[in-house]
Amino acid sequence: MTEALPFFVLAALILLGAVRVVASRDLVRAVLWLGVVLVLTAVMFLMLGAPFLAGMQLLLYTGGVITLMLFGVMLTRRHHEMGVEIDNSRRLPAALGSAALFVAMASAIVRTELPVWSSPIPVPTVEIGRAILTDYLVAFEVLSILLLAAMIGAIVLGRQRDFDEAPEPLLEKEGRR
Amino acid sequence: MTVQALLLLTSGLFCIGIYGLLSHRNAIAMLLSTELMINAVTINLVTFSQFSGGVTGQVFAIFTIALTVAEVVVGLAIVILLFRWRREIAVDSANDLRH
Repeated sequence: MTEALPFFVLAALILLGAVRVVASRDLVRAVLWLGVVLVLTAVMFLMLGAPFLAGMQLLLYTGGVITLMLFGVMLTRRHHEMGVEIDNSRRLPAALGSAALFVAMASAIVRTELPVWSSPIPVPTVEIGRAILTDYLVAFEVLSILLLAAMIGAIVLGRQRDFDEAPEPLLEKEGRR
Repeated sequence: MTVQALLLLTSGLFCIGIYGLLSHRNAIAMLLSTELMINAVTINLVTFSQFSGGVTGQVFAIFTIALTVAEVVVGLAIVILLFRWRREIAVDSANDLRH
């Protein structure tokens, strides 16, 4: 039991951070709490014997995604709506639904016979690299094409010129109605 | 540390993400909740990878992380475009197709 204590502390911290992500009124705070959750997840990967994944998680998520999210929050915020409600009016049904889903999943997990394994063996990074470049080579190449497509898509969506041409009729229509 | 405890943790994380996705009307807050859910799935993949003793789960976890990055890039581009159109990013205001 005592060797499992760090795991339970870590799990409690992750869940606490996740609750703060969805409960924060301020979006910047929510993004920073998400960063906490993602860093703690990297620690969890280390405990699970996946050091390479922990590094990937830190580099890509906390380095890339959190920064992008902060930019997104700050670009889409105006000063006079700092206190605007970010929730919709269906908080109680949402809470009930997700709690019901959790109860269903948890009861299924508790009833299933799962083996107990004590100490995870770290997987050497060489194995992962070999698996990616042999068994999963096609998926890996498709993934690189997908990343390229996402990059081009983001550039096309973010271009200012297209915006100036396209939505003007929309705004006029809004004004007439 | 057991498989059961890890699965309970990740299902809790996933359900918190679902609650956030359903209860927010701000598009960026919904993206954050999606991140939580994908994070839970990644932990699950690593858990089963260790449990089955292979490397497959970790490879899939790496793919999941890369796909998440692509999703965030396109999602944020759409959110910023929505903001330029409507001057707000509440998802229930983007209902032009209904009118």
